[in-house]
Amino acid sequence: MNMELSRRSFMVGAGAGLAGTTLGALGFGEIEAAHAAMIRPYKLAQTKEARSSCPYCAVCCGMMVFSAKNAEGKMEVTHIEGDSDNPINRGTLCPKGAGALDYVRAKTRVKYPMYRKPGSDKFEQVSWDFAMDRIAKLVKEDRDANFIEKNKDGVAVNRWPTMAFLSGSSCTNETGWITWKVARGLGMLQIENQARI
Amino acid sequence: MTNSWMDIGNADVVWIMGGNAAEAHPCGFKWVTEAKHNRGAKLMVVDPRFTRSAAVADHYSPLRAGTDVAFLSGVINYLLTNDKIQKEYVKHYTNASYIVRDDFDFNEGLFTGYNEGTRSYNRSSWEYVMEPDGFAKRDLTLSDPRCVYQLMKKHFSVYTPEVVERITGAPKDKFLKVAEWAASTATGDRSMTIMYALGWTQHSHGAQNIRCAAMIQLLCGNVGIPGGGINALRGHSNVQGITDIGTLTASLPGYLAMPTDSEPTLDSHLVKRAFKPLQPDQTSYWQNYRKFYVSFLKSLYGPKATPENEFGYQWMPKLDIAYDVLRMFDVMHQGKTTGLFCQGFNPLMSVSHKAKTIAALSKLKFLVSMDPIETDTVRFWENHGEYNNVDPTKIQTEVFMLPVTSFVEEDGSFTNSSRLIQWRWQAADPYFESKKDIEILSDLFLRVRTLYEKEGGKGVEPLMAIDWNYKDPRHPSSDELAKELNGKALVDLKDAEGKVVRAAGQQLATFGEMRDDGSTDGVQWIYTGFYGPNGNFAQRRDNSDPSGLGVYASWGFSWPANRRIQYNRASADPEGKPWSEAKKYMFWNGQRWTGPDVPDYVPTIPPERAVGPFIMNQEGVSRLFTRGFLADGPFPVHYEPFESPVANPLYPKIKGNPAARVFKNDMEVFGDAKDFPIVATTYRLVEHFHYWTKSVHANAVIQPEFFVEMSEELAREKSIRPGQMVRVWSNRGEVKGKAVVTKRLKPLKIDGKTVHSVGLPLNFGFIGEAKKAAPVNTLTPFVGDANAQTPEFKAFLVNVEPVPGPVA
Amino acid sequence: MFPPIANPKAEAITPKFGEQDLIRRSASSITPAAKRQTEVAKLIDVSKCIGCKACQVACLEWNNLIEEVGINVGVYENPHDLTPNTWTLMRYTEWENPESGNLEWLIRKDGCMHCEDPGCLKACPAPGAIVQYSNGIVDFVKDNCIGCGYCVKGCPFNIPRISKVDHKAYKCTLCSDRVAVGQGPACQKACPTQAIVFGTKDEMKQWADKRIKDLKSRGYQNAGLYDPPGVGGTHVMYVLQHADKPQLYAGLPDNPAISPIVELWKGLTKYAGLTAIGAFAAIGFLHHIVSGANRVSDEDERNAKRLAGGSTK
Repeated sequence: MNMELSRRSFMVGAGAGLAGTTLGALGFGEIEAAHAAMIRPYKLAQTKEARSSCPYCAVCCGMMVFSAKNAEGKMEVTHIEGDSDNPINRGTLCPKGAGALDYVRAKTRVKYPMYRKPGSDKFEQVSWDFAMDRIAKLVKEDRDANFIEKNKDGVAVNRWPTMAFLSGSSCTNETGWITWKVARGLGMLQIENQARI
Repeated sequence: MTNSWMDIGNADVVWIMGGNAAEAHPCGFKWVTEAKHNRGAKLMVVDPRFTRSAAVADHYSPLRAGTDVAFLSGVINYLLTNDKIQKEYVKHYTNASYIVRDDFDFNEGLFTGYNEGTRSYNRSSWEYVMEPDGFAKRDLTLSDPRCVYQLMKKHFSVYTPEVVERITGAPKDKFLKVAEWAASTATGDRSMTIMYALGWTQHSHGAQNIRCAAMIQLLCGNVGIPGGGINALRGHSNVQGITDIGTLTASLPGYLAMPTDSEPTLDSHLVKRAFKPLQPDQTSYWQNYRKFYVSFLKSLYGPKATPENEFGYQWMPKLDIAYDVLRMFDVMHQGKTTGLFCQGFNPLMSVSHKAKTIAALSKLKFLVSMDPIETDTVRFWENHGEYNNVDPTKIQTEVFMLPVTSFVEEDGSFTNSSRLIQWRWQAADPYFESKKDIEILSDLFLRVRTLYEKEGGKGVEPLMAIDWNYKDPRHPSSDELAKELNGKALVDLKDAEGKVVRAAGQQLATFGEMRDDGSTDGVQWIYTGFYGPNGNFAQRRDNSDPSGLGVYASWGFSWPANRRIQYNRASADPEGKPWSEAKKYMFWNGQRWTGPDVPDYVPTIPPERAVGPFIMNQEGVSRLFTRGFLADGPFPVHYEPFESPVANPLYPKIKGNPAARVFKNDMEVFGDAKDFPIVATTYRLVEHFHYWTKSVHANAVIQPEFFVEMSEELAREKSIRPGQMVRVWSNRGEVKGKAVVTKRLKPLKIDGKTVHSVGLPLNFGFIGEAKKAAPVNTLTPFVGDANAQTPEFKAFLVNVEPVPGPVA
Repeated sequence: MFPPIANPKAEAITPKFGEQDLIRRSASSITPAAKRQTEVAKLIDVSKCIGCKACQVACLEWNNLIEEVGINVGVYENPHDLTPNTWTLMRYTEWENPESGNLEWLIRKDGCMHCEDPGCLKACPAPGAIVQYSNGIVDFVKDNCIGCGYCVKGCPFNIPRISKVDHKAYKCTLCSDRVAVGQGPACQKACPTQAIVFGTKDEMKQWADKRIKDLKSRGYQNAGLYDPPGVGGTHVMYVLQHADKPQLYAGLPDNPAISPIVELWKGLTKYAGLTAIGAFAAIGFLHHIVSGANRVSDEDERNAKRLAGGSTK
């Protein structure tokens, strides 16, 4: 369904003096229609443009992301298309990239921190503070229980074998570095990304 | 990728096998269509299915899933038997001339040194004969019966076109056309690119598939030249960058290694890796390993890393064993793992043998998902009927689902499949309460550190030693982190004459400036230069291409050293002249190496010094014979998948890859051909990205539901109608999907027997807008490649039957 | 590489064409613009198409269309047909070429052809509901549409679809809003392999020549351009590997022409002008034969042909 609100339909309905005639009954508002703006207004007017790249595959197509302020005053994406300046994709996008707007506003986007208690059959909304405090506590409890400072030969091994981290390969390099630093900093060995799968 | 996406446009022959670029990388595939349109290039596709890549190919050959080594070895045999190799290239740029030890042998499908009990090899005989001066023995006439070239001829002679057809089912004429087209590029004036992806890696012999491809390209002289190369088309948008950064069990950034228990000191770690040249005058670039390692430790521990404390080496976690993703889930399944963080990761979908994954996740005390969208994994405890039939009350795992910003709500750098680093600018505000990964992880780290400061505990010193020097410690900026990746001078760096070449605090321009005394830092040597003294080169947007060869040297930054084609010294002959005018790229101009790219070489070394073009290798040349570097052999061998419709036609006693690791209890759940006669393979669809876009409305619209592709013959045999629901089951579980009956899959004749195949797209699950389905990894076996431990998703056994009921 | 069109700008731009550039208007007589704009065309090279459906998604996204999530019925087409929200659709045909013995997977992007002689417009009884600009774009003007469905009958390619929600006809606009600001259509911009290119009709024909030459060099002796004369040529053209057999491509008409019934309607309006009575009578006639049985019998066709004076053009 075309969701674009039509301001013209209002004018046709209200303004036509033909309601009693055959043509009018059929919806012909000819005089009015002659003035209708037939070509839809250009939808990128009054947006802001940023150069981005596609989140999906490793071609890393250049994207132009257009956004505008929403009712809450936050910048929100309104349209995405390929960046013709990018030498890799020259403006093209595949069906994933071309639909990336539907990813940004997906029904399954997570909006708030959510928490599922042991044995529960549902998620409940929690505050960031609750979630992060609880995770930090769980991390410390287990690290204290299972961290190995030295192996049996007295070698400083400083490892925490009971914690695992699957590092996302759609994250930025900078995120990757923070991830490495935090996970290894805590002593984790079970660290993997999507390279193998 | 050795080359770039745009460089594919320079190819004369494009060979897609073990991948389906048109579907998985459509915009990269554009460069194939460009090569066809502009150069009259030929495209050949070899795949178990007639794919969308095949739809626009000039030649297509089928093969049975899991038999790529046999097909490729057949091509190697064709090249060697018919002498269709680029002789000078092979002689000077590969180890064809190297003499192999007398005690190395290959018999009945096994190399010397096999231990059946440990399923592993003693690889000591897989080595060159060394001369007393410490250099390896060679015979540049290639006639010594123990030279690599002669050993290869013998090793591959078994893979005749007839044997290839018998094993793979590829009709002889279709196979031969592939071999001929490949051979047509062994001339120096034509080039072939090979494009592959997970269709080659996701096998118990995945690394050997790629070895075969590399050998073909080296024999044809196609590595280092425009339109050539081995091009791994990688999956996620930054899987290259994240692999570079080394969030892998045994990795440090920049392909340095994690220390192990057997390396108690920094020196004991470094000494193993400073590879000495095996020929006089070779570069053997890893001799600089120490500089990169120390610079890394300086970034990790900051001022706390000093020469006196081995730059903090003692604080580093040491590996007892490598926890690749299969082992990770096996350990979890044993109940030995407390918590799992999933950052943009959906392992319930992506790890083999879903029943095992569910059982493993259920044993966790807690699970944290950091993702912009809900994943199937984060709801693994939720009952979704036949698609995920679990009892939430019995699962005691605490689960946190943290909202993370999406790509439009963040900035930072991305490294694409061809090593090109580009910047992404933020376009929108964070969605609702979502936060950036960097912010969440910094928050967690600082909270944990605060707890340790207050309460004490185990391992305090290594935790506190981590340097966290950011302007706002809770919000390190992408800019700060990018600079860290590059590295800087910590003191004034001076040259031999005492002149300051890099002032203290300045960003380094190249990794050549890195030092091993703690006077430089830098997380990731291969990225050095990307954010050098002249700013953030990932943000460069000059798309001019003066050479017309698709180099685009001023667009972003391509690691290492902004090089676009790796090994590009090999684009010139030993005298430094281009192999041909048609393939002219980097060459010696009398004073230096020049051309449109950054030479992969010291630019001032003249050709007469005979320094090999493969500067990372001790030999200075590439390896047709890989010595002891791979677990399953220095040459590829055809091994059947662990689940196979036939016994290995060459070595009937050997099941699967003899050097592949199989966990306890996983061997038992392999199915056999008696109960499961049909070969199954899994793959991606162009309409979807992994398990992600089933949550994206538009993509759910254009491909809404899980399906099973099968031939008209199989459908007839099983009385399956198009569009009918069918059940597919392996020895590990079952899935149901709609039958897509197609001419694009055909039964094959294998070793005298008719073998059917089914295709199973992997993009569907029980969360999202697409119709619910059980993940295909319900079916797949829990075994990986002998080297990379990449799971064998691409070839296993199933059975199929129609589900009674109305047809859609 | 066909040169990409420069990126769109995030600012208000005055449209380059509009009502002043109309050459046809349904059920109306207008004075066509004195100077015709350069004719545009979209060229779809079937031999380069990988069937990825990027065009379908780009179309949905740009036009703010929300399509339903359907089901799989054993084929790759999704949705299963054009709909009021799916203005373009990939159609897949598996064909075993008897000459070469090779399987060919022929994938055609279906959608409005923007005929030079548009049957939909000629059939349309609603003044101004369908217009044609001098650059060749045939556009539906929603506010004027009465949802009668005659455009569906008038179209030799079976393209327009009537919405059950608002009872209006929908089809591809060739992204008139993008073309008006110097952009190509959204599908063309997205197309990963440049199987879709956009420009002036002359440029597109020249580009097609190159592509046909390439195809002939690869053994497709009957490769050619699909720009069917029966509808005066089209502003969406195909390069086909087998231009001698358009039907192969999911039933692309070999020789599309406007139904004689539509020609009759055109004739009647010419006679009667736009007097209410004339229009009403004709609508009634058309309504009977089109909506009544929702198909046209051979006899109707013959009658119509006779009434229209034997002309089918």
